[in-house]
Amino acid sequence: MNFDKELDARGLNCPLPILRAKKALAEVTSGQVLKILSTDPGSVKDFAAFAKQTGNELLSTAEAGGEFTFFMKKK
Amino acid sequence: MDTKKMAIIATKGTLDWAYPPFILASTAAALGYETQIFFTFYGLQLVRKDLSVLKVSPLGNPGMPMKMPFGPKWFKSINWNMPNAIQAIIPGYESVATALMKQTIANNGVATIPDLRELCQEAEVKFIACQMTVELFGFEHSDFIDGLEYGGAATFFEFAGETDICLFI
Repeated sequence: MNFDKELDARGLNCPLPILRAKKALAEVTSGQVLKILSTDPGSVKDFAAFAKQTGNELLSTAEAGGEFTFFMKKK
Repeated sequence: MDTKKMAIIATKGTLDWAYPPFILASTAAALGYETQIFFTFYGLQLVRKDLSVLKVSPLGNPGMPMKMPFGPKWFKSINWNMPNAIQAIIPGYESVATALMKQTIANNGVATIPDLRELCQEAEVKFIACQMTVELFGFEHSDFIDGLEYGGAATFFEFAGETDICLFI
């Protein structure tokens, strides 16, 4: 998937992936896509909840070998 | 849509209990909540300039796992809980427990309290210190970080009365 910015939140634990994502989203424009890498298993539910509450769209969630990849489109 | 609001009363002054208010406030701010923390009694320790005052004590806390943050796996899995009476007489027990907890926090990619506090401030979480307890405990305003407001119970209610979430920690 195409993306405009990447955030490496691997090794970080709650709530840092969310806080860093919020910051990274502030640096892209509406409609642009942020790719997020995380190793925090809690971040799967957290990013879904974050998207629901902030209106940013969670395009996809994938897991491979304990690593999670999210694509989020800015509102 | 109206902005959601959250108010927290932070009353604990230990390293472990410093986490819930700052984690929830910073996350709420990231979710777009207007957030305020009212620091009272021991919670005032969380807004001191010097955060090295925050310690954790396993004494009288049977819920706290006492595990080593280093060494081989079998060593890390040992639980070192010991009777309160023994914990109480070992000099420096609290300092050692605090150092070990800080190491465990770092090993797990969990943010430090100074970092989380700064993230809250960057996200414009409003900090209010209870003026009554500042005086009761003999603190000076110069003991605390900048950007703090001082007020009492009525100040808290002014905001708390309009919130969607209100927590006492």
